[in-house]
Amino acid sequence: MKAPDLAAFLFRRLLQAALVMFVISLVGFSIQDNLGDPLRELVGQSVSEAERDALRDQMGLNDPFLIQYGRFITRAVQGDLGTSYFFKKPALEVILDKFPATFELVLVATCIIIGFSVPLGVYTAIHRDSLITKIIMGFSIIGISVPVFLTAIFAIYIFSVLLGWMPSFGRGDTYALPWGWESGLLTLDGLEHIVLPSIALSSIMLPLFIRLIRAEMMEVLQTEYVKYARAKGLRTRRVRYVHALKNTLIPVVSLGGVKIGTLIAYTILTETVFQWPGMGFLFLEAVNRVDTPLIIAYIIIVGLIFVISNTLVDLIYTWINPTIKFVGGDR
Amino acid sequence: MSTISRILQSDLFYRFSRDKVAMGSALVVMLFVVVAALSPVLAPQNPYDLTQLDILDSELPPRWQDGGDERFLLGTDHQGRDMLSTIMYGTGISLMIGVFAVLLQAFIGISIGLVSGYIGGRVDAFFMRLADIQLSISTLMLAIVALAVFQAAFGSELYQDLSIIMLIMVIGIAEWPQYARTVRASVLAERSKEYVDAARVIGLPKRHIMFRHVLPNTLSPVLVISTVQIAEAIITEASLSFLGLGMPVTQPSLGSLIRSGFEFIFSGTWWITILPSLVLIVLIFSLNLLGDWLRDALNPRLYKKT
Amino acid sequence: MTLLQIRNLEVDFPTRYGPIKVLRGIDLDIEAGERVGIVGESGAGKSMAAFAIMNLISEPGHISAGSVEFEGRDLAKISDEEMRLLRGDRISMIFQDPMMTLNPVLTIGDQMVETLQAHRNISYNEARDLALDKLREVRIPSPEARFDGYPHELSGGLRQRVVIAIALLSDPALIIADEPTTALDVTIQAEILALLLELCREHGAALILITHDLAVVSQVTERIVVMYAGNIIESGSTRKVTDTPSHPYTMGLIAALPEQNAPGTPLNQIRGAMPMMNAVPPGCAFSPRCDYADKKCSTEKPELREVTGRLVACHHASKLKRSRKAGK
Repeated sequence: MKAPDLAAFLFRRLLQAALVMFVISLVGFSIQDNLGDPLRELVGQSVSEAERDALRDQMGLNDPFLIQYGRFITRAVQGDLGTSYFFKKPALEVILDKFPATFELVLVATCIIIGFSVPLGVYTAIHRDSLITKIIMGFSIIGISVPVFLTAIFAIYIFSVLLGWMPSFGRGDTYALPWGWESGLLTLDGLEHIVLPSIALSSIMLPLFIRLIRAEMMEVLQTEYVKYARAKGLRTRRVRYVHALKNTLIPVVSLGGVKIGTLIAYTILTETVFQWPGMGFLFLEAVNRVDTPLIIAYIIIVGLIFVISNTLVDLIYTWINPTIKFVGGDR
Repeated sequence: MSTISRILQSDLFYRFSRDKVAMGSALVVMLFVVVAALSPVLAPQNPYDLTQLDILDSELPPRWQDGGDERFLLGTDHQGRDMLSTIMYGTGISLMIGVFAVLLQAFIGISIGLVSGYIGGRVDAFFMRLADIQLSISTLMLAIVALAVFQAAFGSELYQDLSIIMLIMVIGIAEWPQYARTVRASVLAERSKEYVDAARVIGLPKRHIMFRHVLPNTLSPVLVISTVQIAEAIITEASLSFLGLGMPVTQPSLGSLIRSGFEFIFSGTWWITILPSLVLIVLIFSLNLLGDWLRDALNPRLYKKT
Repeated sequence: MTLLQIRNLEVDFPTRYGPIKVLRGIDLDIEAGERVGIVGESGAGKSMAAFAIMNLISEPGHISAGSVEFEGRDLAKISDEEMRLLRGDRISMIFQDPMMTLNPVLTIGDQMVETLQAHRNISYNEARDLALDKLREVRIPSPEARFDGYPHELSGGLRQRVVIAIALLSDPALIIADEPTTALDVTIQAEILALLLELCREHGAALILITHDLAVVSQVTERIVVMYAGNIIESGSTRKVTDTPSHPYTMGLIAALPEQNAPGTPLNQIRGAMPMMNAVPPGCAFSPRCDYADKKCSTEKPELREVTGRLVACHHASKLKRSRKAGK
């Protein structure tokens, strides 16, 4: 990877990210413009019409579109996404408070997905017709057919309600890290609470990735270069886990990038079922309360997360795939 | 008649009739469709008709459990609605939204795919880039945000009346890339074939070639993805309804039925949630098996590309 | 000294309808340093013979009978690990399409060093020096840069040079080249063949060159083996076989060469097509396409016999010889 190429690639990626963020900001702004009356939320019904108009003027609500949008963007860039009607606190602060909960849930689920899909996918590709393969593939079809929220419900019903082994909602005890991060991964109680939600969150992605890895690996194992690697006298281990696996993982990483958005959507479902105090749960509450600034803040933060993680995936993709030239994601 | 005999004699039907999994799943899907379509006749109760409900009947367990009631095979929900009838009606709503959303997806996707594949160049690059971004944002995420905004904008009462249409629109519009990509790929494949060159050589207009020659040849992959797309649409609808962004409890789909029962699950009233969940799973599972089989049978090469 | 001694080698592919024999009992001797061409149509079993020697027949195919003795050991019987140690060390293989042979995500250096390290205890730097030597030997320009580069940065011809360099890494006793030039441009083909010939001579390595192209074989090899439907049907010195082919099939092959036909006339094709391996006729497999076939040919399988200084599997070989001479 040469430096100028990398710079050009990053530039194109950033441009695309900026475009996506621009669209998202437009969506956010139009929501702010059309949803609810910020005035009423602030001052209530008791203020006279003339006073309202004066206030509107003062708040700039009668300004032309572009000026209002410009103001919205300027504030947003400075981290001011408005004040939550319900919490009476800056929306950004409310959202970021919930970020660790969602992040840790996604982190554990991602570890589950990667940790299981690669070995299982590789195993089922190598031992195509073994009994274990048939069992794994059978489970994977079922796994794909059960929506995330149902996996979550069944997990709660079986392990919390019927068996009483697992807690059914919330994060449990958290431990405050020095930089203000409330971590549930550092207490036993917190770990116990994250088991079911993270399994539920990974329940569709895991079989999806097992199937993809298996399909890719089976194809790669048929290629000439794998045959050639064996003809060179390499150990089976090296043929499988270096020659074949490396080629298998390239399209898998690419699919990982495509599935980030879906994973975020699944966090909303999982958090709702387990009342997990994360961003997705907060978002649904905000929707029900018509807490416009919070809704906007969530959309913008999720947009940012989406853009950043996609860029990261693309970087990894170009890093592991030497044949790709930096064409700015036109893959 | 000739169409039917042609179908019965076709290769596809022969393989189908020999495959137990395919036959079984098709049968289950058929059963669901028929029962759902005939639910006004078959269902013991009309769950939308409030006069038939009695609050005293609420939360009765299924008949085989202690405290079960003769009249309610699968028990009742917290409003006293017969679960069996509600599930039958709910399946109908889920299926309807799934099918209509997929019809809309197919319409938009096939149009864009045809244009993109046939015109190529910048138009193609634009649409495919858009499809990439749209796919990575994911239908569910897009639908959640869109419906959340609508709901907040319209207020939940008006939203309830519009929810069927909103769901069909949102799921239909958001999933176009699947169809567009599939159709585009087969247009590109067909375009390089000789019969298209031949049609061009004899001077047929572009539009004619596209609709009369290329389009029919793209239909088999479209059929292949449609079954799975319906399953996906039903999952999406159920997820949205579970979040409270879809069908209202007064006119429940399977998803909103599951949602309405979920709060009672801890008090031991499991059937309101678990029974429609099982129905939903069986429905989606059968559709997926059928889709898998179709994909293998019609076009083995397509298998990997999802 | 006989390096490789194949006796009655059979390879089966089991199917639902019973096993399909793709090699039907092959005998072949190769001396140290000898260059032998195996010729035949696609599907005749040439590549299968090569992969049988390497013990790399893809599942579910397997050696069902016979022996492959290499340097005194039967490769059909030794353990997987012993076989692995021979592959890429004493026996190297060059594949058909250099665009597909090298792993796209590993550097050329990695793919060379790993080969050395799979067979002996050698440090990375030593292996690197050795690999660079070999890259120079196959005349790759700026080998240091190439060593750290990826296959996709090279043309097909250069990639095949890399593959040859890998084949030479550990001074093998035998190199098997399976259609090494088929995928290359005609101009590059000659260069690669010349290089292969030169290096085999220099290192004293025996070469099995598999091809469907008689012209290629005659440039490089001392001996030709002609295969048809899983059998060897003629084998002898390159000179003899190409000048005076004795099996009707070999005659047909040579008569079909463009240079054997007057310009503007259609090529002399052999009529018909080689049988599918699951439907090889009894007796001589070539008999349905043969102009000289009689009743015996369709019932009794001809064995390889010596006829005027080469081996031929044809009931009428000696007769044909005479009639051909008389005809001329």
